[in-house]
Amino acid sequence: MIDNPHPASGSGPSQRLVEIGVCIFTGLIGVIVIIGSLRVGVNWGVEGPKAGFFPFYVGLFIVGGSIINLLAILLASRSEALFAEWGQLRQVMSVVIPTAIYVSVLTYVGIYASSMALIAFFMRRLGGYGWGMVAAVSLGVPIVAYLMFERWFLVPLPKGPIEDFVGL
Amino acid sequence: MEEIANLFHGFAVVLQPFNILVMVVGILLGVIIGVLPGLGGANGVAILLPLTFSMSPTSAIIMLSCIYWGALFGGAITSILFNIPGEPWSVATTFDGHPMAQQGRAGEALTAAFTSSFVGALFAVVMITLVAPLVARFALQFGPAEKFSVYFLAFCSFIGMSKEPPSKTVVSMMIGFALAAVGLDQVTGQLRLTFGFTELLAGFDFLIAVIGLFGIGEILLTMEEGLSFRGKKASINPRVVFQTWAELPRYWVTSLRSCVIGCWMGITPAGATPASFMSYGIAKRVSRKGHNFGKGEIEGVVAPETAAHAAGTSALLPMLSLGVPGSPTAAVLLGGLLIWGLQPGPLLFVEQKEFVWGLIASMYLGNLVGLFVVITCVPLLAAILRIPFSIIAPVILVLCAIGAYTVNNNPFDIVMMLVFGVVGYVFKKCNYPLAPLVLAIVLGDSAEESFRQALLGSQGSLTVFWSNGLVGTIMVLGLIALFWPMLHTAWSRMRAAATAA
Repeated sequence: MIDNPHPASGSGPSQRLVEIGVCIFTGLIGVIVIIGSLRVGVNWGVEGPKAGFFPFYVGLFIVGGSIINLLAILLASRSEALFAEWGQLRQVMSVVIPTAIYVSVLTYVGIYASSMALIAFFMRRLGGYGWGMVAAVSLGVPIVAYLMFERWFLVPLPKGPIEDFVGL
Repeated sequence: MEEIANLFHGFAVVLQPFNILVMVVGILLGVIIGVLPGLGGANGVAILLPLTFSMSPTSAIIMLSCIYWGALFGGAITSILFNIPGEPWSVATTFDGHPMAQQGRAGEALTAAFTSSFVGALFAVVMITLVAPLVARFALQFGPAEKFSVYFLAFCSFIGMSKEPPSKTVVSMMIGFALAAVGLDQVTGQLRLTFGFTELLAGFDFLIAVIGLFGIGEILLTMEEGLSFRGKKASINPRVVFQTWAELPRYWVTSLRSCVIGCWMGITPAGATPASFMSYGIAKRVSRKGHNFGKGEIEGVVAPETAAHAAGTSALLPMLSLGVPGSPTAAVLLGGLLIWGLQPGPLLFVEQKEFVWGLIASMYLGNLVGLFVVITCVPLLAAILRIPFSIIAPVILVLCAIGAYTVNNNPFDIVMMLVFGVVGYVFKKCNYPLAPLVLAIVLGDSAEESFRQALLGSQGSLTVFWSNGLVGTIMVLGLIALFWPMLHTAWSRMRAAATAA
């Protein structure tokens, strides 16, 4: 059941190609699980089934299921359905890339400063807001988060040099 | 009636001022979560779970379950006013709810939706009150083999009842089991599947998976679709509410049928979404006004909403009495129990009476409070939806990151959250169901443990799963559920052949 709201007007990777990629991905996970299980032992030891016993069969199921999925795609008639248009994927990447940067710097910079930067970036780039609005939201959200988590519910959040400097 | 006494004790617990405050806060947060795109019941509860770490387990479960009720209510608002289902289970509500809003009957549609939700939830809670203690008492006799057979039944019904191809459900589920297996083996204490990465020692936390798969994945999907809100104005005044309430009892048959469908689908882990579609479909076929469905028929709002809430609520029955959650959100609540130091399963009813009955009592009160909160707050909530996505998206991303970090205070989890998010986006686009994956991560360790213990007892012979009537029956039920689609087609072919001959 593939309901593609965007008929093939633009170009992009085909659904078929992506599905094949997913099958290979899941199959690889299965193989890794099987290898990992074999390393710790998959048969019976002195105290019953060894640690790899259960995951070994799980891995077999993953590989088997992936092969069936792959065959189902290869045997089905070729369809022209797109996974998504390049423009749409660009939209998706415009979230993934900044978030990836956010996630990787978060430990060093602290969550408050990096959150401010992320929100400000989104609002400027994707929303095109004026600096006043950007400042209000990007300062407001971390402050509310600080009050809610650290003050009221006593849950510490990761901090960096900037938070140390302000003295939080 | 020991249960009634326990229930009243539960009410006494819930009516403590702090717990009432927690309940209202939970409902409000839940409705906002239900309204916002990208935040749903499961990942909303997952993100807010850390807020409860410093509370008592009873207050914590009240808050989390109320977030869940609120999210169930909130989904209807976006469906009716904006034709955008805030939650998958409110898709069927858009069919008649949005046409009603277009005809200027938004207030009527919303009142009908909220009231039906309340009725569905109430029916399910009454059922839980009566049935859960019995199931739990019965389940106390379960050994490892029986325990595993219950898990087996739950997972088989997932495969058999899923709309997606069974092989995709199996792959998704087994990846969940594999992720659950990473790290320390509970039985032998050996490390496995870590491949020397210290980050993997603790394994994958299912909360991270929930936040990533459902939260980040949903935002990516929304970005791709280029969402723009064009909503109908909403106002509810008391007159419309009372008029609608006067009209609703006419649909009691639809309501009752939807309650039963919802409860059945909720207990078997089919979940709220198919329940709402099935209930809508049957109402359309049976109702005298069936031909009018899709053009703004109030019965078409009542049917799916009642079923969705009955299903969403009754999903907690197997979670409470057996330790097997019926939905991803119930799975998150179950994860919460483990974090607060409670052991989910039938023993809860014996050892944690205050907790269990406090939760059940809070279901009654929470839904009542929820009904009033949503009816009075509709204009405010509709305003939230008008906030542009370019503001909402980064705020949700930040909330997800905070939620993911606070689970274990581990920055690596935030990285994993993003990975899960991208995987969730691609999986969803390729029709791989995500719910079985999450449930398998949650239940993986206990399912494996009971499986291995059962095998230990039988010296490795699989016949232990057919060794007595009880375990055999559950296993057979599981197999029936697994092959249900095939049995169903075979049965209808046989009937067709019989009528032809």
